[in-house]
Amino acid sequence: MRLRKFKPIPLLISFLVVAAVVIAVVSVEEFYEGIKGAIMLIISVDPEIMEITFRSIYISGTATAFAITWSIPIGLIIGLGEFGGKSFAKGLFNALLGIPTVALGLVLYLLMSSSGPLGFLDLFINPLGIAVGQAILITPIMISFTISAIEAIEPEIKDLAKTLGASEAETAFAVLKESTPGVTLAIMGSFNRAIAELGIAFMIGQNVRGSTRVLTTAIAMETSRGEISLSIALAAILLAIVLSISLLTNLLQRRFR
Amino acid sequence: MNVMVELNNVTKKYGKINALNDVSLKIPQAESFTLIGPNGSGKTTFLKILACIEKPTKGKISLDGELVGERNMSELRLKSTMVFQKTVLFNTTVFKNIAYGLKLRGFSKNAINERVGSVLKLVKLEGYEKRPAKKLSGGEQQRVSLARALALRTELLLLDEPTANLDQRSASIIEAAISQIGQETNTTIVLATHNIFQVKTLSEKVALIKNGNLIHVGKTHEILSDSKKLADFARIENIFPGISHVIEDGTSMIEVGDNIQIEAAIRRSGKISVFIRPEDIILSKTQLKSSARNVFEGKIIEILDLGSTVRLRIDAGKQFVVQITKRSFIEMQLNLSSKVFVAFKASSVQTID
Repeated sequence: MRLRKFKPIPLLISFLVVAAVVIAVVSVEEFYEGIKGAIMLIISVDPEIMEITFRSIYISGTATAFAITWSIPIGLIIGLGEFGGKSFAKGLFNALLGIPTVALGLVLYLLMSSSGPLGFLDLFINPLGIAVGQAILITPIMISFTISAIEAIEPEIKDLAKTLGASEAETAFAVLKESTPGVTLAIMGSFNRAIAELGIAFMIGQNVRGSTRVLTTAIAMETSRGEISLSIALAAILLAIVLSISLLTNLLQRRFR
Repeated sequence: MNVMVELNNVTKKYGKINALNDVSLKIPQAESFTLIGPNGSGKTTFLKILACIEKPTKGKISLDGELVGERNMSELRLKSTMVFQKTVLFNTTVFKNIAYGLKLRGFSKNAINERVGSVLKLVKLEGYEKRPAKKLSGGEQQRVSLARALALRTELLLLDEPTANLDQRSASIIEAAISQIGQETNTTIVLATHNIFQVKTLSEKVALIKNGNLIHVGKTHEILSDSKKLADFARIENIFPGISHVIEDGTSMIEVGDNIQIEAAIRRSGKISVFIRPEDIILSKTQLKSSARNVFEGKIIEILDLGSTVRLRIDAGKQFVVQITKRSFIEMQLNLSSKVFVAFKASSVQTID
């Protein structure tokens, strides 16, 4: 699998196209009003919007940090190792890339809800619970991308590090260092996937105001309540976060090259 | 004399293929040893085993009197370092590339700075410390690889065709650096090469390796003056044992068999062995009018892609190995069995013994 690059410009263009379609389908006036309201909300630095935004970043950031602790070592072991079942392991994580968030959310709900086997951990309706769920969701992404990044490094780097005096662990570290651009991409991409998902945040967090409400759950709720201005403001913020992360990744990639 | 490297009945198998076959050999300390053989003959495997990167399937290896085993392998790895045929660099600056091994060995910052500076001087890349290593030219990159190995001042230096497919200037700088290390230090050097010129100038002892077997091992001058043994080398590179007679204008004509006569700018008669560097041979699709005294018609029987250059074997009665750039190769639209002319000057013909 080749490394996929995040392309902010095409993403922005597709957003504009979707927006244009929305304008064409929905009455233009309603949309216009929505946009105007959204701009006002963002400019006025609405405290509730700010709170939701920072909570989203905090929860998904925590999820990413959790996932790093196990995904990078697992990716390194699979990427560097030569063992039977290697391609099975790679195939497994590739297959898990597309796991539907609602399905995972449901499973986690059954495990974490007060009557579930993990109910005693008190993760249900808890920001930490969402972070744990998102960490599980992004684990296959991070592992797969890390494996690709490691495998994209010339295999001779291993021999090189060894002949210059590196131990097995130092050799693995040298390879990881060489694959920094790819691993960065894996981390950034995982964060974007976490912050943009809805299923787990909704089912584990239950969208409680002031506690577990995040950008995606808030957008879904406000839209269903007809608060279009608020939805557009929240969506614009979410998009801005995702696009800046992608842009940052791109810049880093260019610097590394 | 201390024995630096000792191999006893070493065999290395990759699946069913025997890369090395029951090899036994001793290399004393401070000796310069070359290993010559065609591609895929086991040279690289041999070096990787000495570098403690690969484990032999069977047999025993001792480095500096210590038997290499599972436990002390990474420790004994510190005794040697290897320069690979394919240049490998860390994606960072020249300085950090060279400093890597020194840092692992716990050198102080000052010592690292001093060593990096001195090895860069040796490979004529002074002031290149801060450059990104991967942005350098192919020849410069390989010089960084050599500098990185030399900085460690290991007892055993392993070089796997370090000048293959490099420009002439970088190749000479590398040859000079190796020669200097060989003469001024106690380093044991094992060099794998295709290049008979390097055998002649850089080594005291030489081994011919073929299909994983050591065919001949002996002192360089002895092997190079033995025409029977040379016949084995001849299949590797442009070496032609023959009978020479001086002709009128001061050059000599050498009968090398198969109706081939090579004109050389030397005055000698009798038994002689000569060689022509693959880079010194000009290849053309039609017969050129030039000052080259030796022109033979033949066809391409082997093509080997070396990256920026291509190595061709041409059958013109005798076989000639020719090295040309990839661009020329593409522009000339050459294929297997293409009809070509090889041409070289009488002054490009060098004697071996």
